[in-house]
Amino acid sequence: MQVTRDFSHYVRDAGAGLRHIDLAVEGVHCAGCMAKIERGLSAIPDVTLARVNLTDRRVALEWKAGTLDPGRFIDRLEELGYKAYPFETESAEVAEVAESRFLLRCLGVAAFATMNVMMLSIPVWSGNVSDMLPEQRDFFHWLSALIALPAAAYAGQPFFRSAWRALSAKTTNMDVPISIGVILALGMSVVETIHHAEHAYFDAAIMLLTFLLVGRFLDQNMRRRTRAVAGNLAALKAETAAKFVGPDEISQVPVAAIHPGDIVLLRPGERCAVDGTVIEGRSEIDQSLITGETLYVTAEQGTPVYAGSMNISGTLRVRVSAASEATLLAEITRLLDNALQARSRYMRLADRASRLYAPVVHATALITILGWVIAGASWHDAIVTGVAVLIITCPCALGLAIPTVQTVASGAMFRAGVLLNAGDAIERLAEADHVIFDKTGTLTLPDLEVMNAADIPADIFELAGRLALSSHHPVAAAVAQAAGARSPVVGAVEEAGQGVRATVDGVEIRLGRPSFCGAEGLVGLTDDLDPEASIVAFSKGPEKFILSVRQGLRPDAQAVIAALKARNIGIEILSGDREPAVKAAAHALSIPEWRAGVTPADKIARIEELKRRGMKVLMVGDGMNDAPSLAAAHVSMSPISAAHLSQATADLVFLGRPLAPVVAAIDASRKALHLMRQNLWLAIGYNALAVPVAISGVVTPLIAAAAMSGSSILVMLNSLRARSASREIV
Amino acid sequence: MEILVILVPLALMLGGAGLVAFLWSLRSGQYDDLDGAAWRAIADDEPPQEAPVKR
Repeated sequence: MQVTRDFSHYVRDAGAGLRHIDLAVEGVHCAGCMAKIERGLSAIPDVTLARVNLTDRRVALEWKAGTLDPGRFIDRLEELGYKAYPFETESAEVAEVAESRFLLRCLGVAAFATMNVMMLSIPVWSGNVSDMLPEQRDFFHWLSALIALPAAAYAGQPFFRSAWRALSAKTTNMDVPISIGVILALGMSVVETIHHAEHAYFDAAIMLLTFLLVGRFLDQNMRRRTRAVAGNLAALKAETAAKFVGPDEISQVPVAAIHPGDIVLLRPGERCAVDGTVIEGRSEIDQSLITGETLYVTAEQGTPVYAGSMNISGTLRVRVSAASEATLLAEITRLLDNALQARSRYMRLADRASRLYAPVVHATALITILGWVIAGASWHDAIVTGVAVLIITCPCALGLAIPTVQTVASGAMFRAGVLLNAGDAIERLAEADHVIFDKTGTLTLPDLEVMNAADIPADIFELAGRLALSSHHPVAAAVAQAAGARSPVVGAVEEAGQGVRATVDGVEIRLGRPSFCGAEGLVGLTDDLDPEASIVAFSKGPEKFILSVRQGLRPDAQAVIAALKARNIGIEILSGDREPAVKAAAHALSIPEWRAGVTPADKIARIEELKRRGMKVLMVGDGMNDAPSLAAAHVSMSPISAAHLSQATADLVFLGRPLAPVVAAIDASRKALHLMRQNLWLAIGYNALAVPVAISGVVTPLIAAAAMSGSSILVMLNSLRARSASREIV
Repeated sequence: MEILVILVPLALMLGGAGLVAFLWSLRSGQYDDLDGAAWRAIADDEPPQEAPVKR
């Protein structure tokens, strides 16, 4: 059978006889990589563009349409030491990028207008106390209006639109007081200018927009970056399937190009990327990613298989029922839908603050106006003072208080190997006081490890590793990896379902089932081995050895559990696996609370019970069976190796083998929440000082401008403290 | 004060030129990869095209 790689799904026509492809590249992190990749790829004939994007870790490539196969780029990158995968931009990411650009454009316009209006305002401020002619002042005010009005109309769009949406839905948000403040300030300034008055607030209004747009842009940029990372992760999983394109011809195509009804080949050691039904073949499959159960299941004609299952022993032909957007076990779908609906819309700190803020500010302004009228001031003066109150209380610092901390904190988390999936995850994670771990794939590593390698002579282990290279069986792959084997034994023969054998220096060596190696006798002797371990035997002539292969705990799991306990966080294990396996893990990690054989519905029930007791649960899980409970928990995390659905549901995703990012994320988010609160208090403190001044009617545009920029800078500086996230995690 | 007739439009034009330059740089994608751009500025130039070695 001939296998070809087909990338046509990802190749775009770039016009003028050029083709374009985007690749997500693993391991690009410095300028050196950038230059190396670009030079390496440009050296391929016919390539017209090779440009690395270091922020998003992608490469854009263009070449002359013709004979050049895109697979060659991937091979070239492999030679250079990078793993690359073709990449398709999701529509959600395109929208985020467009929004991000729009905000930056607004920010540019607002910043331009602020600088120019300021340039005109400063002479007016200094002229008011010296010898400026009223005509000159009016001229400068008119010029300011000429710049500020169109700029505010353009740059204010994000706020006006959002305020309008909120008002038409009969609610209020932070953008309502902002919009009212800006429009009133500009309107009043125009009226005052017509009447040759001394003060106009064009500068304050446009400066306010500039500062708020900075906050808005940071917020959006974080979201955009999160999307880009998520998009890369999807590509790095490189999910392809061997699809039959002819009776005897298969093509390795991306999952996105597979349709229901297609037939795919599933070889031993491969992870299934689609949902479907077995139509031919017989094998054992590992469904631990779906059910958490580590015992293998037999698959034969008619057995349904789900994306994420690992094929162990035989070759299967699978008819696809659904690709990429998986149709799952019916029960999980139902539970997940319920949990997502019940996920009470968490009120973000910023929303809670603004819900209190808007009525207070508007009431204060109204009382100021009425108060001055009652005290005998003219309506005109009273209204001018009221608008000044609105301007000075406009939530400039408030608008920056949270996005700046979030941006800095998400950067710190990113460096610790944690990616954010949801914008409000930082706030929710900071509140978590109880952690529920799934066992399989979360506390343990998703790949197999040889547990008793130390008991076996090094030369024998190495030989076993080399022999194992000839088998596709996942257990054999684990042995080969543990032994660091590189060169396979020549002339090795694999006997399906039994093992591998070869002859070296006239001695027969065998690796496989204990019965295949004549080592059944040894199995009974080593009953202290783990209950969930797979046993393989290795024989070299008369010498026989037993290898115990299982999923090992994550290297720092113990330290992480201890660190969580030290932070006074409750810990328990809920696993779908069998009792002995869960018990062993709980014992090793000294976690007293654990439950085994738990169904997805039980997991949700347990979370609900904890919720009723007032606990904020952090769920950490990877299996498809965890997806509903990930959605039901207050906040959730998944390792990068998790099933698609779980990863999409989780609020945070962590990378790599260690479990330490869980603690790092909790620490970083707690610190961030602390800073957010501090920033809000700073902003409120500023208002408490400035509002009495505004009510008393002595505010000039100069005071407004100074107060606004002063408080904003203070808040931004405070946010930068989130950068120094603690290095020593455990 | 007649100088204002020249200075004010001049200031506005300079500011406007800055804005146009910013919008152009945004449109041409110069803010798409800020991390990379920081490094590109100090990267070595491309090595000269395979010049024949002279002895």
